[in-house]
Amino acid sequence: MRISKKIVLHFPPNLVDKPIIYRLVKDYDMEFNVLRASVTPKEEGLLVLELTGERKAYDGAIRFLKETGVEVQPLVKDIARQEERCTHCGACVTICPVNAFVVDPVTRRVDFVSDKCIACDLCLRTCPVRAMETRL
Amino acid sequence: MTKTIEEINERIARGQAVVVTAEEVIGIVEKKGVAKAAKEIDVVTTGTFGPMCSSGAFLNVGHSKPRIKFGGGKLYLNDVPAYAGLAAVDLYIGATATPDDDPRNRDHPGDFRYGGGHVIEDLVAGKDVLLVAVAYGTDCYPRKKIETWINIKIINEATLFNIRNAYQNYNVAVNLSDRTLYTYMGLLKPRLGNANFSSAGQLSPLLNDPYYKTIGIGTKIFLGGGVGYVAWHGTQHNPNVLRGENGVPKRGAGTLSVIGDLKQMNSRWLVGTSFLGYGATLTVGIGVPIPILSEEILRYTAVKDSDIFAPIVDYSKTYPEREPDVLGEVTYAELRSGHIKILEKVVPTASLSSYYKASEIAATLKEWIKRGEFLLTKPVALLPGVESGIVFKPLEERSI
Repeated sequence: MRISKKIVLHFPPNLVDKPIIYRLVKDYDMEFNVLRASVTPKEEGLLVLELTGERKAYDGAIRFLKETGVEVQPLVKDIARQEERCTHCGACVTICPVNAFVVDPVTRRVDFVSDKCIACDLCLRTCPVRAMETRL
Repeated sequence: MTKTIEEINERIARGQAVVVTAEEVIGIVEKKGVAKAAKEIDVVTTGTFGPMCSSGAFLNVGHSKPRIKFGGGKLYLNDVPAYAGLAAVDLYIGATATPDDDPRNRDHPGDFRYGGGHVIEDLVAGKDVLLVAVAYGTDCYPRKKIETWINIKIINEATLFNIRNAYQNYNVAVNLSDRTLYTYMGLLKPRLGNANFSSAGQLSPLLNDPYYKTIGIGTKIFLGGGVGYVAWHGTQHNPNVLRGENGVPKRGAGTLSVIGDLKQMNSRWLVGTSFLGYGATLTVGIGVPIPILSEEILRYTAVKDSDIFAPIVDYSKTYPEREPDVLGEVTYAELRSGHIKILEKVVPTASLSSYYKASEIAATLKEWIKRGEFLLTKPVALLPGVESGIVFKPLEERSI
């Protein structure tokens, strides 16, 4: 049975230049579709993929990624903003790799577009008043 | 055209004062001209809401039975150390204090999730705060230890007293190096990855009164959601910086020291703040009313973001090494466009102070004045101006 899942991959600095995705194709016969890619401020790679393949091979591919040192997360919209805590300063705007924070050009209010969020967690600790939170 | 504060206060008391925000005044002056607008407008309200580290609160928690003297001992509020070097039960909690057991930057970049600024926010929110003190004990103050809850509603005094707030203009921080920097200007990505700034610009109090012609000691202000006063000029107050033709400083210049009763403030406007890899602090809301005493003063309040320049400073070397170089100047209008150009590179910009909330402060103060609830005060002395000859001095170390 073929399955298809959207996942977020965090590459530590020592793996950024390794041909890992190539191995997914070659060894596990995976099809992949890059949804988003970014090098984050700590020089880690961030890759959001839709990964498709036979279930058994898919499980093997995920196991391979984890064993290599890649952090694998399911792509779920689990980052939320505590509206009463946000001061709309805008410190998050240039931190977010996918521009999920948008400043209204007139009011300067900062809106969080959760549809764009890839749950990379970068805003959690860079928000000065810690208004962003993970919801389970 | 000249007006006095007394005349303006009479109009406020009658509910007839014309009050506009520092944002609204820009369009009014463009439409009607300075002379007509100055005649009509009585007060322009300003606002700023940003992290301000030189903030803190004096508390008097009352005397325990038997008595204890904190002075000379050690003192903690919610595990955050407070200053005890005062009389028996007075203390000062500073915004940047962090718990003794906080890993700080040993686990870099440190999180600084809870510090003095957060204690102040919790106090203002009416939450119980744990006080732990150890003292050496005297004949008149025999207790050597106390652990108890305190609450702002019960203790004698809680006075917010910030020795430096509301900087008149500030640096735009960038990073020319190859590594990420964690600064009080936020996270700075390597190789000019972003540019962070921190001023309300055209809404900011001292940028609307560039030569300190109305704001002085005793000026009644919006402070932390309540009423406060300008106590003094702030530390590092430096009127003698590069200024534009409009008189507006192009560098960090004047500052305010402010004071007020913490009990009537609101935790919406005093928010505990954490800068990753830098430390804990307090985001403070301040709004200053500017009485339109003359056309000259009105002209100053009509300043707009495109007329205010800020210096771009490299925080990888220039700032930490206290070097004077700037990479260029940009206006707040450019900064608010979302990106600026530095050394031929397009760099995205972000603000650390909230313009949205600064607008709300200016609008709130405007409402208070319009409703006749907030009268203006005449300063008992003005802040030191350009003529003061103040020189902003560095610390030159001497051999010991």
